[in-house]
Amino acid sequence: MDRVVCVQCPVGCKIKFELSNGRIVKVEGNKCPRGLSYLEDELREPKRVVPTSVKVVGGNYPLVSVKTSAPIPKKYIPQLMEKLKKIKINAPVKAGDVIVKNIFDTGVDVVATRTVLENSK
Amino acid sequence: MKTDVLVIGAGAAGMAAALSAAKNGATVALVDRDERTGGILNQCIHNGFGLHYFKEELTGPEYAERFSALLEKSQIKVLTDCHVHSVTPDKKALLVSPNGVFEVECKSIVYTAGARERPFGALMIPGDRPSGIFTAGVAQKYMNIENRLIGKRALILGSGDIGMIMARRLTLEGVEVVAVVERLPYSGGLLRNVIQCLEDYNIPLYLSSTVVEVRGKERLEEVVVAQVDKNYEPIPGTERVFKVDTLVLSVGLIPQVELLQNLVQFDRVSRGVLCSNIGQSTAEWIFAAGNCTVIYDLVDYVTMEGEKAGRYAALYAKGENFEKGIPIETGENVGVLFPRRYVSGEDLTVYLRSKRPIEKATLVVGNFERKYEDIMPSEMIRVKIPSQKLTGFDKLLVTLKEE
Ligand SMILES: Cc1cc2nc3c(=O)[nH]c(=O)nc-3n(C[C@H](O)[C@H](O)[C@H](O)COP(=O)(O)OP(=O)(O)OC[C@H]3O[C@@H](n4cnc5c(N)ncnc54)[C@H](O)[C@@H]3O)c2cc1C
Ligand code: SF4
Repeated sequence: MDRVVCVQCPVGCKIKFELSNGRIVKVEGNKCPRGLSYLEDELREPKRVVPTSVKVVGGNYPLVSVKTSAPIPKKYIPQLMEKLKKIKINAPVKAGDVIVKNIFDTGVDVVATRTVLENSK
Repeated sequence: MKTDVLVIGAGAAGMAAALSAAKNGATVALVDRDERTGGILNQCIHNGFGLHYFKEELTGPEYAERFSALLEKSQIKVLTDCHVHSVTPDKKALLVSPNGVFEVECKSIVYTAGARERPFGALMIPGDRPSGIFTAGVAQKYMNIENRLIGKRALILGSGDIGMIMARRLTLEGVEVVAVVERLPYSGGLLRNVIQCLEDYNIPLYLSSTVVEVRGKERLEEVVVAQVDKNYEPIPGTERVFKVDTLVLSVGLIPQVELLQNLVQFDRVSRGVLCSNIGQSTAEWIFAAGNCTVIYDLVDYVTMEGEKAGRYAALYAKGENFEKGIPIETGENVGVLFPRRYVSGEDLTVYLRSKRPIEKATLVVGNFERKYEDIMPSEMIRVKIPSQKLTGFDKLLVTLKEE
């Protein structure tokens, strides 16, 4: 059987599967249902959650960490980095704030993962 | 200042310990030398935290903010920008802050000071001492918190999770990562990170290899990599020169224990604070949890152990006393092990690492047995053992019997 490693969480299940006419006919080794959708994506269009940061103006820190709210196709990662490099947002930012909505029409948002307050100094 | 419980270090372990001690009725002061709570979590902007504790996958800052929000709502006195300079056997600590030096008198301590990185000097690599050499944690802090780029072309020594995560981070930020170099014949981190941090970006991983020389006048110019034999000795003739301006070291974390040097005993293998399964050190008023006791892979377990140590520290402050417990010893194939004493009546959660990769083995502790497959030293084994399986012993031996 072929094997992929699910990267959706640190457990890293080794998922074994069998294909027949391009369809998955047998799967084992995934400890939760997310492993199955990961496998399907991996065969069709590999996707990843991308964690990175975006510049902040007037904040108590120069960066706010962000992530894609769900996995996006791997092929978009370089474009995503290009786009985020150009963005500057104004403080304050709260964890969970949407920084870019529906990036590349994937239905996935880029959201802040940290709170950055206004610089009081 | 007076408090029942003093918690030293406000990372994942300290935040959990403080909240749990307060919940158990103690007055609590939580101290950190950093300007905010959260510890190492603040700079770990990748996802991979909280799956066990919160049942969802969070980034480090998100995980930390869940706890800082609870701290804000609590009665806990949180002192940031405040360094604990010393602790003395009369249950006093000396604190240094921008507002001056002051003393805290407590009934018990939870020590949660985390770990530090093994520095470049400890590796004794021959050659020059130019700039451009960073430990992974320092590189991570520069990039993720301070917005400073560390170089243009980098090589990473050490394939633990931190090294691999930094390889991806540098690549995403436009730094060319020419290789990750690992002394062991297998990766030192999670398989997931080999895939999503290295393979996804075509970063080569050189196993059984190490850095044998660094060269450069002011800034790093070249790094020499060679293959190693079974004893980790470089094999002459296998040298390769990489032209890089940056070397990132991810060669291990060491529990930070200096503050307790003359107060408690340490574990010879992990070099962390030696504790029982209730988080009590060999000094009965000092409890400990997190990376200062043993290096954990997952923050979720750090939180759980912090909560336990906090609860018992609060009970101790109220006047309860606890048994010392029986020793827990390492047997066949077991390297790092935590805890090292077992107080009966409680269930026992043990954490261990095998000394080497093993395909199939049975873990044996007292009358408890469980089978494991594909055991790697880089993946910590955690198992909860019911107390019924542990009665009638005067010491517990933990072994991984290969099949
Ligand atoms: C790069 C990296 C990546 C990781 N990735 C993951 C992951 O994907 N998933 C996961 O679950 N876990 C991950 N971990 C593990 C997890 O983050 C840690 O195990 C956990 O956060 C450690 O918490 P701690 O409280 O023990 O230590 P720390 O977070 O290090 O906290 C210790 C605190 O003590 C303070 N302190 C120390 N000495 C003093 C003193 N004398 N006075 C005052 N304050 C003091 C320090 O300032 C610090 O804030 C990762 C760890 C690292 C380093
Ligand atoms: S299958 Fe589920 S448990 Fe296994 S790695 Fe994937 S997400 Fe984690």
